[in-house]
Amino acid sequence: MLKKLLITSLLISSAAFSSLSLAADNNFLNVSYDVTREFYKDFNAAFIKYWKDKTGATITINQSHGGSSKQARSVNDGLEADIVTMNQSPDIDILYTRGKLIPKDWQKRLPYASSPTSSTTVFLVRKGNPKQIKDWDDLVKPGISVVIPNPKTSGNGKYSYLAAWGYVIKKGGDEAKAKEFVTKLFKNVPVLDTGGRGATTTFAQRDIGDVLLTFENEVNLIKKDSTQQFDVVYPSVSILAENPIAVVDKYVDKHKTRALAQAYAEFHFSEAGQEIAAQHDLRPRLASVAEKYSARFKPITLFTVDEVFGSWEKAQRVHFADGGNFDQIYNK
Amino acid sequence: MSTKKNILPGFNLSLGYTILYLSLIVLIPLSAAFIKTTELSLNEFWEVVTAPRVVASYKLTFGASLIGALINAVFGLLTAWVLVRYKFPGKKILDALVDLPFALPTAVAGITLATLYSAHGWIGAWLEPHGIKVASTPLGVIVALTFIGLPFVVRTVQPVLEDLEAETEEAAASLGANRWQTFSKIVFPAIWPALLTGFSLAFARAIGEYGSVIFIAGNIPFVSEITPLIIYIKLDEHEYAQATAVAVVMLVISFLLLFAINGLQWWLNRRHTTSH
Repeated sequence: MLKKLLITSLLISSAAFSSLSLAADNNFLNVSYDVTREFYKDFNAAFIKYWKDKTGATITINQSHGGSSKQARSVNDGLEADIVTMNQSPDIDILYTRGKLIPKDWQKRLPYASSPTSSTTVFLVRKGNPKQIKDWDDLVKPGISVVIPNPKTSGNGKYSYLAAWGYVIKKGGDEAKAKEFVTKLFKNVPVLDTGGRGATTTFAQRDIGDVLLTFENEVNLIKKDSTQQFDVVYPSVSILAENPIAVVDKYVDKHKTRALAQAYAEFHFSEAGQEIAAQHDLRPRLASVAEKYSARFKPITLFTVDEVFGSWEKAQRVHFADGGNFDQIYNK
Repeated sequence: MSTKKNILPGFNLSLGYTILYLSLIVLIPLSAAFIKTTELSLNEFWEVVTAPRVVASYKLTFGASLIGALINAVFGLLTAWVLVRYKFPGKKILDALVDLPFALPTAVAGITLATLYSAHGWIGAWLEPHGIKVASTPLGVIVALTFIGLPFVVRTVQPVLEDLEAETEEAAASLGANRWQTFSKIVFPAIWPALLTGFSLAFARAIGEYGSVIFIAGNIPFVSEITPLIIYIKLDEHEYAQATAVAVVMLVISFLLLFAINGLQWWLNRRHTTSH
């Protein structure tokens, strides 16, 4: 009953999107996360042109952006996405476990575990780095104010949390040490925004915090957009944030958009697609493109979620579930 | 059927529509929330709704809403008084300003307040040196809830004040009452029920408020996390039943509080009318 109601209200609120995607097979909906707006503006334009040259058909691509987990929930509740593009695989896994909208092995259907691009968590500090923030250890010092989005609601925040944890493990520390470190880190966080863009606003527009932890691509966008001056600081080691993509089987079959959606997904892995990603500071997979844009991406030691935490599923259970490690930070 | 005939015709028809309308708009969605929580066992339900972090959020939400509504009761009454009793240039503009918190999208209000009260904002820069931090603290929550509740008290008290004839006050004065006596014995009893309605509306509105608060609150667990945010976070974790469980507790508390305020109003009304 509630589900029905939720679906109804979602359909109403997304009427513009769903009515379009229901109507015909030459337009589709890409449900994506918060900080890819600018990337998809360019990427979609390129794909529309590519498709027109190839088939002669003119298509329309509708975009929906928001916090990664919220977007996944919307799709599960009935937002009829043809394509989902997220910043962490759990937000696509959930479409299998909760909604059975895609098969279990969705990651095997495209190259690189279905992740055409990646990013990593870096630091953005105020011009001249007045607090001399160089690496993770500087973030837990007393008096340093760190802005991180809420790991409970934001994939971006989850990566920041896991990166800090992994930093201690990589340095040879044990779980207890890592927990102590992350606890200290979050004691220095004055604001927990629900999404990556919110945290950006808090740091850049509202002047809160000495350092912002967010994705590399977001950091470069802030530098470009903001009138204020910022410096980017690369820590000694950070986390590899993979951005997975999936064709939503149930809805492409319903809308008869499978061929189009599949081509769109594959276009992410093409030379042209990879290049647009690199221009938006998303790390490409193709060696040729990576080489061309190597000046943009500082080589730093990156570890994967699987490497340090076993799997995303395990990381989710141990750290972010109710009563998990993240909750314990704030429990008195 | 009742034997006593109603003077107004169409009672059955209009009552039918009223019940249907209330069911569709209010009761069905609410009962859906109640049904969803039955997915949890009684123990699970209790554990979810009494978790320390959730309890801390109830205290903040209800406490800040109460304070916000009280501030609005005092200053809303004052504003209504000024708008009704005095003539001055720009009165129409001031009157229109009162409704602004109604019309403004709450997120816009939240962002504006957060910017104003942050360390480098217009107001924040002035308060911070005095050791008063508003943005990212419970104080910020109170500020936001006061802002959105303002129109309720003003708009409920205003028409009652307008109806109150100046003659009664003149009569009281001519019978030797001083100004305070006139206010406390003549004016206040007449506007008291309206003031209480305004207060409870502002209070109820504040309890459910989400948009304006999350931008200024800081959202730190145990410190500045409001209950609606807890519900939102639980939804993002795909814990629908848990989210509705917290929502149900909020609903029940709100309903009981509003019911108590209504009861108080009824009692006051009766006392007021029988004592004359």
